[in-house]
Amino acid sequence: MHGVAKRFGSGLEALAGIDLTVSRGEFLSLLGPSGCGKSTLLRIVAGLTPPTTGTCRMGVDHAPGRIGFVFQDPTLMPWSTVTGNVLLPFRIAGRAGAEARERALAAVRAVGLAGFEDAYPHQLSGGMRMRVSIARALVTDPDLLLLDEPFAALDEITRLQLNDDLLRLWERHRPTILFVTHSVFESVYLSTRIAVMSARPGRIAADLEVELPQPRGRATRTSPEYGAMCDAVSATLAQAMGA
Amino acid sequence: MNRLWLRVAAPMAIGILVLALWEAGVRMSGVPQYILPAPSAIARSLWVDGPSLMGSLLVTLRITLAALAAAAIGGGMIALLFSLSRIVEISFFPYAVILQVTPIVAIAPLIIIWVHTPFLALLTCAWIVAFFPIVSNTTVGLNSADRNLLALFRLYGASRWQVLWRLRVPTALPYFLAGLRISGGLALIGAVVAEFVAGTGGTETGLAYRILEAGYRLAIPRLFAALFLLSVTGIAIYLVLDFISRRLLRNWHESAAGNEEE
Repeated sequence: MHGVAKRFGSGLEALAGIDLTVSRGEFLSLLGPSGCGKSTLLRIVAGLTPPTTGTCRMGVDHAPGRIGFVFQDPTLMPWSTVTGNVLLPFRIAGRAGAEARERALAAVRAVGLAGFEDAYPHQLSGGMRMRVSIARALVTDPDLLLLDEPFAALDEITRLQLNDDLLRLWERHRPTILFVTHSVFESVYLSTRIAVMSARPGRIAADLEVELPQPRGRATRTSPEYGAMCDAVSATLAQAMGA
Repeated sequence: MNRLWLRVAAPMAIGILVLALWEAGVRMSGVPQYILPAPSAIARSLWVDGPSLMGSLLVTLRITLAALAAAAIGGGMIALLFSLSRIVEISFFPYAVILQVTPIVAIAPLIIIWVHTPFLALLTCAWIVAFFPIVSNTTVGLNSADRNLLALFRLYGASRWQVLWRLRVPTALPYFLAGLRISGGLALIGAVVAEFVAGTGGTETGLAYRILEAGYRLAIPRLFAALFLLSVTGIAIYLVLDFISRRLLRNWHESAAGNEEE
């Protein structure tokens, strides 16, 4: 597999001439204000919406299961258990055998939900539902993981916890991650690179490398480099929004 | 717990109070029995005519339940068809509405002329009344699938059938069940109206015809007794359907889960 290369360009309102190349294994955050087309961009990458103009090429193959998607809402099937929800990609692919079940259970454990395999979504807290959603996205071991403001609706404590969990999962499997967020702190903490977007029409205003040491953890949050980086990104964002 | 007790006790108390006032009022004013019988007279009639009324109730109940089953299956199928093709839905839905808004009393004579088997004729009338809530509710349900879940199904390469069975049908289930509960009452109404129009309907006599007959003969206590049995039947049908729907949705739907915690 080669590096993942994408190139976008889209209609007038949502996105205007976006050029972006993402390398394999990168953790790229798309940071921008609400309504700047971040989510649209993500849906184009996933192949859910065709771009009006331009193309989106990628080095990973587009077969089902190679891309994982996490929405802002957990988007679970309320009539299905945790395991049933995580099994969905396999069930659609028509191979929900014992091996798939094993992998689903492993994914449920990996997001810290051991003991809740047979619970129904309404019995879980918001954070736990989001974990199920992440487990479902990871269960096929995707090459590309797309996250659309997954933690925006969660409380601060759950959010920090899930940030760390996401980092651990990324370190272990190293999928390419495209992470949409409007939180400066979250984007700096998580990503190796940040694309700052401006609104209406959305375009990439700045492309910043985040050179904080890996692996990241609690020490990262309190380091002066982290503070400085957040400061710089905030300034870039303010500039992008003013422009 | 306390509230559950209150929920049973409060309506019971009102019922007993009304019955007592009714009894006392009839006795004191001396209203003749053929205008308003006292509850005690109705109870007596229920006891005396009970066996023959129960026989009639079975006739009506059979038509009602057959019509409800046909409405559930037929309505569900029609809704599925609608969801598969927008053109089919647009073309046929207005006719389903026309069938629904035309008073059944007005069409019943025609149906009884056209359909020779009395049982089938009555069944058809009851079905026409009962099927619409299921069709319209289920159609809405089948089209209410979560947009993000739809996107997810597409992302994982789901076929049309998989989207239908794994997503649209489960999403529609609570809607379907809500429609079914409405249709349960409507099927009974449809059966009664059809019997009114059809008369004896052949060899067997349904409860509705017994009401007409009792009215002609001024056997008003028996009329009330038959009415009482009809109401009890309607309540029983509702409770059974409500129970079924709670069992099916217990694990996931707000309407069932929320009440369980009370």
